Amino acid sequence: MYMIIVGGGNVGLQLAKRLLSVGHEVLVVERDSQTADRIATQIGEENVTVGDGCEMATQRDCGFGRADVVIAVTGEDEDNLIVCQMAKTVWSVKRALARVNDPSHEEIFKQVGIDETVSATGIIYSMLEQQIQPDVLMPVGTLGRGDHEVVEVELSPRSPAVGKTRRELDLPDATHIVWVLREESGGHQVDDHMVFASGDTLVAIVPRSSAEALRRALAPPAI
Amino acid sequence: MKAIVFGCGRTGTMLSLQLAAEGHEVTVIEMNPSALRRLGRDHGCRVVIGSGLDADILEAAGIQEADAFFALTRGDNTNLMSAQIARLRYKVPNVCVKVADPLRADAYRKLGYFCITPSALTAGMMRDWILKRPFQRIDAYNQLSEELRI
Repeated sequence: MYMIIVGGGNVGLQLAKRLLSVGHEVLVVERDSQTADRIATQIGEENVTVGDGCEMATQRDCGFGRADVVIAVTGEDEDNLIVCQMAKTVWSVKRALARVNDPSHEEIFKQVGIDETVSATGIIYSMLEQQIQPDVLMPVGTLGRGDHEVVEVELSPRSPAVGKTRRELDLPDATHIVWVLREESGGHQVDDHMVFASGDTLVAIVPRSSAEALRRALAPPAI
Repeated sequence: MKAIVFGCGRTGTMLSLQLAAEGHEVTVIEMNPSALRRLGRDHGCRVVIGSGLDADILEAAGIQEADAFFALTRGDNTNLMSAQIARLRYKVPNVCVKVADPLRADAYRKLGYFCITPSALTAGMMRDWILKRPFQRIDAYNQLSEELRI
């Protein structure tokens, strides 16, 4: 596949290396010529171009029109938003992924039709939250157009799920606990007879709108 | 009318002062406090320091009740992003965006945004002036010449 990465910082460079190593055609678009020169020594100059990925002329010259995926990973949310929006509206690129630096901007990305966003701040925050407050759902990924989440949750001894099977839990609609990881015996597929225990790490698929209800079903009652 | 002007450069300053002088409620959002000196002393505008991409700042500027939002910083992408937040998230009925790049402006006009490209207006008016033509409607100045098209 032909993948265009806008932004040649650390994220863009490491991503390009990985994609190249699995055989994709990759072009990194970087505005700063010194940065572009530096990454060209690592991934080859044929895979790097100097230019402003927000400019339509640059987009034409880079072949946005034939790109399978455009990935915007600059440090500026406004640039990532415009690159992805133009990729979709002007060049009809099927997939446009954006790095979102300020998690409060995720909403506007969704509203303009960019469903695939990654926010490092958001991920780190939810990992910290998980440590501070056990039983909080930790997002592992999103499915489809982002309306379903894959979440992970570790059951504390006080969780109402401990000692119950999944059929005995009051789970929200369309929510599935699919897999459990146990320290002593590893991963198991969950069936209707499995009894959950303290320390189990559950993996569930949940509609985004039901995540809060799932949290209530698995988290211990507030003290 | 309640208007928010994001960006206190030359254009933002002039617009804010003109609207305030006609009795409208103007709030200026500007990231750089020293740029506010352009407004002078008795400007009659409210001022909020911060970024117009930040929901807290927009709400402090009263975007929920605003009738108009003008995105006038020198960053095209900043302007286009804040304009879209104003329209899609806060449902501001009138949104105007300054976009220096004529091609980007053209793309967002097609999405329904009122984009003003200063260079296109200036060049078109100068052409009409020297050719002794009457000035035209703004749409005529926004037309991209063939050489610019992509």
